[in-house]
Amino acid sequence: MAYVGIDRVGKSYGSPRGPVLALEDISLDIRAAEFVSILGPSGCGKSTLLKCIAGLEPVSGGTIAVNGKPLTGPPEGMGMVFQRDVLLDWRTILDNVLITAEFAGTPRARMKPRAVQLLTRFGLGGYEDRHPWELSGGMRQRAAICRALLCDPDLLLMDEPFGALDAMTRDDLNLELARIWNDTRKTVIFVTHSIAEAIFLSDRVVMMDRNPGRIVEVIDIALPRPRPLAIRETPEFGRYVAHIRHLFARLGILKDDTP
Amino acid sequence: MRAGPSHLWDALKEASSVVLLILGIMVLWEGAVLVFKPSPIILPAPSALWGEFLAAPSYFLRQALFTLYTTLAGFALAVVLGLALAVGIVHSRLMEKTVYTVLVALNSVPKVALAPLFVIWMGTGIEPKIAIALMLALFSVVIDAVLGLRSVDPDMISLAKASRASTFAILRKIRLPNALPSIFAGLKVAISFALVGAIVGEFVAGSEGLGFAILTAQGQFDTPRVFVCLILLGLLGTALFYVVEAIERLALPWHVSQRSGRAAQH
Repeated sequence: MAYVGIDRVGKSYGSPRGPVLALEDISLDIRAAEFVSILGPSGCGKSTLLKCIAGLEPVSGGTIAVNGKPLTGPPEGMGMVFQRDVLLDWRTILDNVLITAEFAGTPRARMKPRAVQLLTRFGLGGYEDRHPWELSGGMRQRAAICRALLCDPDLLLMDEPFGALDAMTRDDLNLELARIWNDTRKTVIFVTHSIAEAIFLSDRVVMMDRNPGRIVEVIDIALPRPRPLAIRETPEFGRYVAHIRHLFARLGILKDDTP
Repeated sequence: MRAGPSHLWDALKEASSVVLLILGIMVLWEGAVLVFKPSPIILPAPSALWGEFLAAPSYFLRQALFTLYTTLAGFALAVVLGLALAVGIVHSRLMEKTVYTVLVALNSVPKVALAPLFVIWMGTGIEPKIAIALMLALFSVVIDAVLGLRSVDPDMISLAKASRASTFAILRKIRLPNALPSIFAGLKVAISFALVGAIVGEFVAGSEGLGFAILTAQGQFDTPRVFVCLILLGLLGTALFYVVEAIERLALPWHVSQRSGRAAQH
C-alpha cells in the first residue's frame, strides 16, 4: 500500500484577478522507504504540493492520505526542511535541533544524546554551543536537517533544501542525504529544480509543468545504489538528463539547444 | 563577544565625555549669571541650585522617590497589560478589530487631557497618577509588541506546525523571543512616557512628587527649587531609560545589534 497516497488533488487560490489554479488533478502514490523527487520550473506548484502533503495547506479537491489516514493537519512522524534553514538566532545549534523534541512534548534530556549524535554525523560535532549566525550556510542547513531528523520521522519532506547553497556544498549534502537515506530508508519527498540533483538522489522523479501545476511524467531511476558523485558522468545518468531536458524542452520550459 | 573590562572601559569613556559636556554647560551658565546678573527668579546660578538641593536633600529625594514609584508602577502595569493585549490581538481577529482599533482611536485623543477625569474617578491619591502613567505608556508597548509578534518568518511557523507544535508553544518558543527586540524598543519609549504620565498626574492633583514640588515652587516664585526638580527629573528619566536598555542587553545577547567578532566566516 502507498505510504503517501495523493488522489486527484486540486488546489486553487483566490487572488485579486480571480481564482488561480495552482494544482490540477495530481495523483501519485509514494511507497514507504521510497525517495521521490518533484522536479519542475518555478511556479509549477511543486512547493504548494509539498505543503499540502505536509498538511499545512488544505486541498481544494481530492484527498491526500499518509500511512492510510486522510490528512486533517500535519501527520505524525513527519520532518520538514525548507530552502532557508529558519534556525532560531537566540538558540544554540543544539537547542535549535532539540526544538523538535520540545514541540513533540518529548523530554529534552532523553533526546539530547541523539541530537549530539546527529550533529556529529553531519560534521557539526563541537558546534553544539554555537549560535546559527556563527555558522556558514552549509553548516546551518546541515543543522536544519538534523532538526528534521531528531524525532526519527518516517516521512521527510524537503523543499529545495540545497537551493541556496554553492555547488560544492550542495554536492556534499547530496552525498550525505543519500547516505542517510540508505541507512534509515525513510520515505523522502524532495522538491527541486535541479535535474542532476533529482536523478542522483531519487528512485523516481516526478516532472511537473505549470499553468496549472500538473504532473507530466514520472520516471523510474534505475541507477544502482549507493551512487558515487561520479555516477553523474556515466552514460546512463546522461540518458536520464537528456530525457528530462528533452521533455521540458518540448513543454517550452527549457530551450531546445539541439541543432 | 567583547570582554567585560573593555566593554566597561568603553562605557566609562562615553560617560566621561557626557559629564564633560554637562560640566562645560554649567561653567558657561555660572559665568553668564556672574556677568549679566539676571534676577534669581528668572535664572539662578548652578551654584545656587546646588545650595538649594543641599539645604533640603531629603525633601527632594522623597519627592523623587514618590515620582519614581508612580512611574514604575504605571510602567509595570503597562507592560503586563500591554503584552497581554498584544498577544490577544495577534491571535484573535475579533480582538484585532475591536481592542486594537479602540486603542488607536484612544491614542489620538491627547491623553493628558483625560487626567482630570481620572482624578474625579479615583481621587487625589497615588491611583490616578499610576493610571495616567499606565495610559501614556500602554500604547507604545502594545504597538511594538504586536509588530514584533507578527514579524515571524512564515516558514518558521510552518516548521513548528509540521512538528505538531501547539499554538502556545509557538507563542512561547518562537513568537515571543522573536518579538523581544521590538518589545524592548517599545519599552524604552514607554518608560519615558510613564514618567511624563506620573508628572501630569501630580500636576493635576497631588500632594507629593516632583511634579507637585514644581507646581508649589512655581506658586512661590522659587525658581531654584523648580530647577532642582527639573534636574532630578532629567536624571530620573535618563536612569530609567538606561536601566531598561541594560535589561535589554542581558535579555538579548543574541541580537544583531549586540554581536561582534563572532559572525560566520563564509
